[in-house]
Amino acid sequence: MWKYVAKKILLALPVLLGITLIDYLIMCLAGSPLDMMISPRATQEAVAMKAQQLGLDQPVLVQYLSWLGQLFQGNLGYSYKSYQPVAQMIGSQIAPTLLLMGVSLVLGLLIAVPAGIYSAIHRYKKRDFAVVTASFLGSSIPGFFLALILIYVFNVRLGWLPSSGMYTPGTGGDWWDVTRHLIMPALVLAVSVAGGNIRYIRSAMLEILEMDYLRTAKAKGLGRFLVINKHALRNALLPIVTVIGMQIPTLFGGAVIIEQIFSWPGLGLVTMNAITGRDYPVIMGVCLLSAVVVQVSNLLTDIVYALVDPTIKY
Amino acid sequence: MQQSSFFVVARRFCKHRLAVVCLVILLALILLAVLAPWIAPYGPTKISGGFSKPPDAEHWLGTDQIGRDMFSRLLYAMRVSLLVGFLATLISTAIGVVLGLVSGYFGGWIDRVIMSFTDMVMSFPYILLVLVAAAIFEPGMWTMIVILGLVDWPGVARLVRGNVLSLRETNFCKSDITSGMPGRYILFSEILPNTLAPVLVYATSVFAISILDEAALSFLGMGVQPPTASLGNILNGAQSITVLTGKPWLWLPAGILIILLVMCINFVGDALRDALDPRGSL
Repeated sequence: MWKYVAKKILLALPVLLGITLIDYLIMCLAGSPLDMMISPRATQEAVAMKAQQLGLDQPVLVQYLSWLGQLFQGNLGYSYKSYQPVAQMIGSQIAPTLLLMGVSLVLGLLIAVPAGIYSAIHRYKKRDFAVVTASFLGSSIPGFFLALILIYVFNVRLGWLPSSGMYTPGTGGDWWDVTRHLIMPALVLAVSVAGGNIRYIRSAMLEILEMDYLRTAKAKGLGRFLVINKHALRNALLPIVTVIGMQIPTLFGGAVIIEQIFSWPGLGLVTMNAITGRDYPVIMGVCLLSAVVVQVSNLLTDIVYALVDPTIKY
Repeated sequence: MQQSSFFVVARRFCKHRLAVVCLVILLALILLAVLAPWIAPYGPTKISGGFSKPPDAEHWLGTDQIGRDMFSRLLYAMRVSLLVGFLATLISTAIGVVLGLVSGYFGGWIDRVIMSFTDMVMSFPYILLVLVAAAIFEPGMWTMIVILGLVDWPGVARLVRGNVLSLRETNFCKSDITSGMPGRYILFSEILPNTLAPVLVYATSVFAISILDEAALSFLGMGVQPPTASLGNILNGAQSITVLTGKPWLWLPAGILIILLVMCINFVGDALRDALDPRGSL
């Protein structure tokens, strides 16, 4: 088991390294961040000094290697804008994003798993048709449009829910306040998670329902409840685990846009600001973090897979 | 595809009534978009009425903040969004098919290199990659097409590679190999036609996703730039609270149009998957 995990980690490292390199090269193609930082009236000498100060006068590869060297010492660099350490910026903003992603994932799965199983059990009936159509609607609606509609209905018309931030300014933000702020953004992300996965879980469940062992269970005279909830559901765990693993990158990306709309004070907001301001160290940090998150979630998926499915050899 | 198999597929497709309805809607929308210059009552950037007028007989969907006819703008916006989606899908499918064929057919170190590159591209949260790229290069329609085309291919590549691997083991390919057929014949005349059906189905979902991504990016102001209208940048106006609350005709139609387009494409793709599946019943 540990050997398997170690092997997976070793395989993930070159991918991570490759990602940082691609990332760095794309950004170097973009042109100098100096354009954005220095006023048009600055003299040539001032620009050159700034470039030297930030290490921008050196060849790209040298810059990349020095960034990488710093990284191994746990230093992600400093923001060109606020001069804060990038690691600290990310660290202070990651909690709201994780909260949003976690709640959305759980909410999305709570919708998708029962709906997918329900739909599979009632295959080709009106109920199945309705669920599948709803899932298509869920995956076809752009998140930002759903967000606008929710804001319009629940904030503007009904006035039930706040439309921006994480807690009411001025208050400390007790859990009830945060929950009220969380409902709309989490719902938007959950709808996209559920929409994409209901059909996946449905078809996985359909495959399981046709297995011989389920026919045996039915033939033994086990009740419908036991057959589905014990025999079928346990085997359906496998596709569900895969779904969770696949969701992480999508959720991370979705969070960037949704945070922007709801002014949720998380990584997405930091990222958007960094992107528009060409704050390279911050962008690199976020890209690296997201790549690590994706790799870790792949790794966890593999491990859970190995734990859940005894037939997988490692 | 042969005539008879085309009819078989068409007959199976028609069994999905909703998909047929969606196909009709989709074709109608595409027709409207293509014929926009002849249908639209006003030019997309022509100022033709008062500011932010609600819908009336003269302007079916009202006018925007500077007096341009919303109905005309929507038609042109749909044109841009469909074009971006279509070309991006074309680029990414082409890249994916070529890489998948090469990777699956040659195997060995070529396969390993291509597949680990595919993994790298896949493990980027893809919106982040698009955002970074969109911020870096001059934003606009063509940038948009290239960026979306360059990030959407890993799924296609994996799909094609998997198909090639399994097709290579089929008897008709083995008989080609033993009878000494040249590699390019086997690759392009035997394997490629047999992977086209799943690629086509996958391409419909890429098309849908590209339209959604274009909308999201233009909504954030990093995609198609005004005055060119796209479904996303029309929605951008709804970020202002007065538009959101008081002028629903400025943003609701564009959003509904996106949902309609994407949903119809998804349904058609889904029915196509069933219709093209050789294991399905007739």
